[in-house]
Amino acid sequence: MTEQVVERDREIMTVNVGPHHPATHGVLRLVVDLEGERVRELRPVIGYVHTGIEKSCEDKSYWKVIPFVERMDYVSYFFQMEAYCGAVERLIDLEIPPRAKYLRTIFLELNRIHSHLVWLGTTALDLGAISMLWYCFRERDKILDLFEMATGQRMHTRYFQVGGVIEDIPLGFEAKCRRFAEEMPIRVGQYEALLDRNEVFLQRTKGVGAVSRERLLELGVSGPLLRAAGEPWDLRKAFDYLAYPEVDFKIPVGTVGDNYDRYRVRVAEMVESSRIVSQCLDALPDGPFIADDRKYVLPPRSELSTSMESLIHHFKLVTEGYRVDPGEVYYSIESPRGELGCFVLADGSAKPARVHFRDPSFVNLQAFRDMAVDTYVADMIASLGMLDPILGGVDR
Amino acid sequence: MPDAPGLELIRGEIERDCPSAVLATSFDRSQAALIVDPEKVLDVLRWLKEQPGQRYDFLSSLHAADYLPAEPRFAVHYELINRDRVERVRVKAMLADPGNEELPEIDSCVDLFPTAEAQEREVFDFFGIVFRGHPNLTRILLPDDYVGWPQRRDFPVGGEPVTFTYSERRYD
Repeated sequence: MTEQVVERDREIMTVNVGPHHPATHGVLRLVVDLEGERVRELRPVIGYVHTGIEKSCEDKSYWKVIPFVERMDYVSYFFQMEAYCGAVERLIDLEIPPRAKYLRTIFLELNRIHSHLVWLGTTALDLGAISMLWYCFRERDKILDLFEMATGQRMHTRYFQVGGVIEDIPLGFEAKCRRFAEEMPIRVGQYEALLDRNEVFLQRTKGVGAVSRERLLELGVSGPLLRAAGEPWDLRKAFDYLAYPEVDFKIPVGTVGDNYDRYRVRVAEMVESSRIVSQCLDALPDGPFIADDRKYVLPPRSELSTSMESLIHHFKLVTEGYRVDPGEVYYSIESPRGELGCFVLADGSAKPARVHFRDPSFVNLQAFRDMAVDTYVADMIASLGMLDPILGGVDR
Repeated sequence: MPDAPGLELIRGEIERDCPSAVLATSFDRSQAALIVDPEKVLDVLRWLKEQPGQRYDFLSSLHAADYLPAEPRFAVHYELINRDRVERVRVKAMLADPGNEELPEIDSCVDLFPTAEAQEREVFDFFGIVFRGHPNLTRILLPDDYVGWPQRRDFPVGGEPVTFTYSERRYD
């Protein structure tokens, strides 16, 4: 008799969340075993937006791959470009000029702020703070305006090239960007004023979804999630690339690794990123913005009508592309979500034999079970927002 | 990265504890790689992870590549990080194609690095490399009923005919 009562209390109901659901931040399906309101088991099902980008890249010459990889993680497109271009530059041993390094750093950090703003707006929305979305998207629009000014596109800019960047920044960009970088920490302060004293937000995030740092390391989690658990691991500091060794910035870390720490770490990162942008603008060196190796880099447009050599180079680069000696490179950078690695295998032809992206969302999603099991359904949604997966990057 | 002599030192030490596990080393474009016997890959990974003074305990990426027409054809890459010395090393296990539609096999490292769970499934999904001892080796990104291993180099890049409302006839 008593056994039956226990059975009835522990009735497990399996519920399907998604794949199309606004709270899953993309096309993610969750099969959730519920006991009342509690999540007892959870299986993420992914692959709904798999488009075979990695395979398609094998059929494109090296420079044509760039717009493809941008569309994997569609919120941090500059990072995808940097991971790919950096890997190819290491394959062909091409040094990029200092100005290009600084320009890339500026755009990466603007993109990091942009990505965190999208995260903050949508996650706060999941927690019921609707107004945050409008404030965050207001600043995000300013970043997109900056992207549009320099590259002609608001998203998927194809701005980074193998060897540097495609164009120098236009007149007036520097002043506009500087104004934004000065304004951003003030805006972040306003976001904190809206959220940090919000009783609902605090109760929904503090002590929820905590995962220990050891477990996160086992699961290969990187980025703000790992730093929120107190591990100061940031590839920008660990492995020198671009202009990061020359700028001064801090790595925000959390203490317990709950959702509140994840929020704090990302918000603090936005301030640090604006500091990096300001410093890079101050120290922006003069000189070329793309390498001068005509074997790999398109000649300037103005030379095409006067120089036969340039015309030949231009024709060869645009039609066949350049050949890369056999070899393989794994190059990883710190994206807004963690370690973004790009593996490129060259077989001597003008097309890569394999392009693989180690996407941070794909790996981080494995920690979701640890974050959400034995919490309430509503907290599961909050934890998913704080995990910040981009399903375009997960499925590729 | 360990430099080229550092890599040889690591190789020498592994050789002492797991004889003939490392087949070769490569130091190309300043990236260090240990090419290991696929049957002993777990020994090498465990050594790198647990040996005092080494501690390559963070598996940052596990992926595969197809080197067709080279032989052996497949490789599984393990990108390890030592967070104390801030060094990376790549462990590479080359796998031959057994032919006759059979799938190449290698030991799963999920017990050693739980992060490999999803990444090994991804490799299985796209290359048809079987990881022995993996808890749930099923397709992860492609549909469960998909036939073929699309990231292999001999799998063609091709489209599927898309039928629109008024164009069914074109694909008869």
